[in-house]
Amino acid sequence: MGTNWAWFHRFGSPPHVYRLAGLLTPWFAWPAGLSIVAALYGGLVLAPPDYQQGEGFRIIYVHAPSAWLSVMIYSVMATAAGIGLIWRMKVAHAAAASCAGIGAWFTVVSLVTGMLWGKPMWGTYWVWDPRLTAQLVLLFLYLGYMGLRSGIDDLGRADRASAVLALVGVVNIPIIRYSVEWWNSIHQAPSVMKMEKPSMPMEMLVPLLLMFLGFTLYFAAVLLVRLRAEILRRERNASWLREALR
Amino acid sequence: MVVLYSLQLAAPVAELVDATDLKSVGRKAVPVRFRPGAPQLCMSSLVVNNLTVYRGERAILSRVSFELGAGRALVVTGSNGAGKTTLLRTLCGLIEPEDGELHWRAQKLSFRDAEYHADLAYLGHEAPLKMDLTGRENLRGLVGLRRKVDSRDVDAAFGEMQATSFADRAVRTLSAGQRRRIAFAALSLLGATLWVLDEPVTNLDRAGEALVQSLLTRHLSNGGMLLAATHQPLGLEASLCDSLVLGTVPA
Amino acid sequence: MSRGAAAGSWQAARIVLQREWLLAVRRPAQVLQPLAFFAVVTAMFPLGYTPELAKLRAIAPGVLWVGALLASLLALEHLFREDASDGTLEQYVLSGQSLTWLLLAKTIAHWLLTGLPLTLMAPWLGVALGVPLSAATGVMGALALGTWTLSLLGSIGAGLTLGIRRGGVLLSLLTLPLAVPVLVFGAQATELAIVGDSPTAALYLLGSLAVLGLTLAPLAAAAAVRIGLE
Repeated sequence: MGTNWAWFHRFGSPPHVYRLAGLLTPWFAWPAGLSIVAALYGGLVLAPPDYQQGEGFRIIYVHAPSAWLSVMIYSVMATAAGIGLIWRMKVAHAAAASCAGIGAWFTVVSLVTGMLWGKPMWGTYWVWDPRLTAQLVLLFLYLGYMGLRSGIDDLGRADRASAVLALVGVVNIPIIRYSVEWWNSIHQAPSVMKMEKPSMPMEMLVPLLLMFLGFTLYFAAVLLVRLRAEILRRERNASWLREALR
Repeated sequence: MVVLYSLQLAAPVAELVDATDLKSVGRKAVPVRFRPGAPQLCMSSLVVNNLTVYRGERAILSRVSFELGAGRALVVTGSNGAGKTTLLRTLCGLIEPEDGELHWRAQKLSFRDAEYHADLAYLGHEAPLKMDLTGRENLRGLVGLRRKVDSRDVDAAFGEMQATSFADRAVRTLSAGQRRRIAFAALSLLGATLWVLDEPVTNLDRAGEALVQSLLTRHLSNGGMLLAATHQPLGLEASLCDSLVLGTVPA
Repeated sequence: MSRGAAAGSWQAARIVLQREWLLAVRRPAQVLQPLAFFAVVTAMFPLGYTPELAKLRAIAPGVLWVGALLASLLALEHLFREDASDGTLEQYVLSGQSLTWLLLAKTIAHWLLTGLPLTLMAPWLGVALGVPLSAATGVMGALALGTWTLSLLGSIGAGLTLGIRRGGVLLSLLTLPLAVPVLVFGAQATELAIVGDSPTAALYLLGSLAVLGLTLAPLAAAAAVRIGLE
């Protein structure tokens, strides 16, 4: 029973993860690039304009994946932080720290694309749509996480404190989303100021799914690169690094 | 009787310790071995092995080990920044060590186990008193968390530390030495076996020092254990004390 | 070596509550300031908007809730900070009692000294915003549950930000996003109460948040405090 978990515990070793991350990065990066290019071609060139929203709806190819990814990254971050907290793996904490910036940026992208979508549709840059509002609160959660990390000087303490925060946050995210939708449904604006996804024929759906895949692979690739940099930063006094650089 | 480990060798201890590969405190571990076969190991109530504590990236404590038996005191000395406070706080479970084992009364426990804490009392640099409460109220608050205490015991404790005259004044109005006496009065009522004290006699005048000395001696003679970090001599009987010296060793 | 019987959990909780009460009595300013803040903030809105009570009544739920939220955040800074700096919080950790339980006792005391007074003040401040006194019970019920959940959520942030310089702002930044559901459900319950409808649905939602907070928050707060004391 004990040796079954050896593969898991090897992830606790920074040099092992460093090497593995370096090997895996191109396996994520190239497929990511290909997927995104294919999705863009399919979405911008091949797919017909939506009969309701015209060309503007195409922004959904960026908006929907980034919104989905921003939530997924938070879950990944919280999982990594939880692993770091329970199994005391510094590498897991490094992974959580690397996720935060990526997730925050995806949240910003989803907000900006949401705003750009809204302007031609309803003439205003911001609507208190449940999705946009939830993304805004998610951005605050990311900022809080990064703020807590930077506010604590001792790295170990910062790791552990932000891990607790990430876990509390991940439990709250579904609750927040539900409450925001409830709030929006109660105060139904007279005009339908909602971001309805257009109905999806196959030519639109396939590029969208490709884009989801591409963004996810992109996230994995960027995470691995950032993780390597984070490991280097944390382990700069370690003997294995000095050996490797000799 | 109790075998000593230390990172910096003190001359009288040197013949007891075989040290290998001493380097300055850093990521490289400093294994310090002892000669086995020392008598009465089984009577040790507190055994700590290989305690390693990192602060940020520096190893403040590296592979510290010691044992302490009933009725004995371990006096921890070392220069400023050597890690005395860190050692004490880690032993209380306030700081998470990188590595280390604790055996309390022959049981392997974690530094945060309630069973261990129930028998442990810690007094840090500052007396843990609320400024706006009186000494008496503070004492009831501190001790009441652990055991029911009645006024006779409280009065007796204050009497022992000669603090009765200022026990009912707000702590804000007291001097540092007076606050320390109140803290010790609380300590004596906690009923803990292991006392972990950081600089116990700072701020105390001669009379206060003498009172603390007799309190500690009585605690030891009742079978209690003492772990104290101090710059000043505590005035305890030398045969009851072991010494642990912390500090960097030049390569 | 032991004198007297060991203290049980209830005794320990009683000691904590007694101590918080004594401290509040000795330092009333610390307890009254958040309440004064609530009043001041509520007064700012008419000045910044309009003196017409009918119009103010429309925004009253939001104003009352945001005011109570901010006042609670002010008070949360004191929840652990002083105890951490004078060493009493360490003694709680080392007392051999469950830290979760002791911190829950502290949070209850904190709510009784902050959230409850805010709740009792709210109908009167509501009158200043055009809210009829008939809505008082609904307003108070919602605020009682809401401030309770807020105290629980805030205890987590307070533990995490221990020892951070000027951690008060960070505490607000951490706690406010987590408080969005409380705000949403609470404001809606208040609105329903003002209009005269039954606020029960919203109150149930608020209540479920309060119960969820009660079960999970003290555990997270204890973990946060241990990390914060290192």
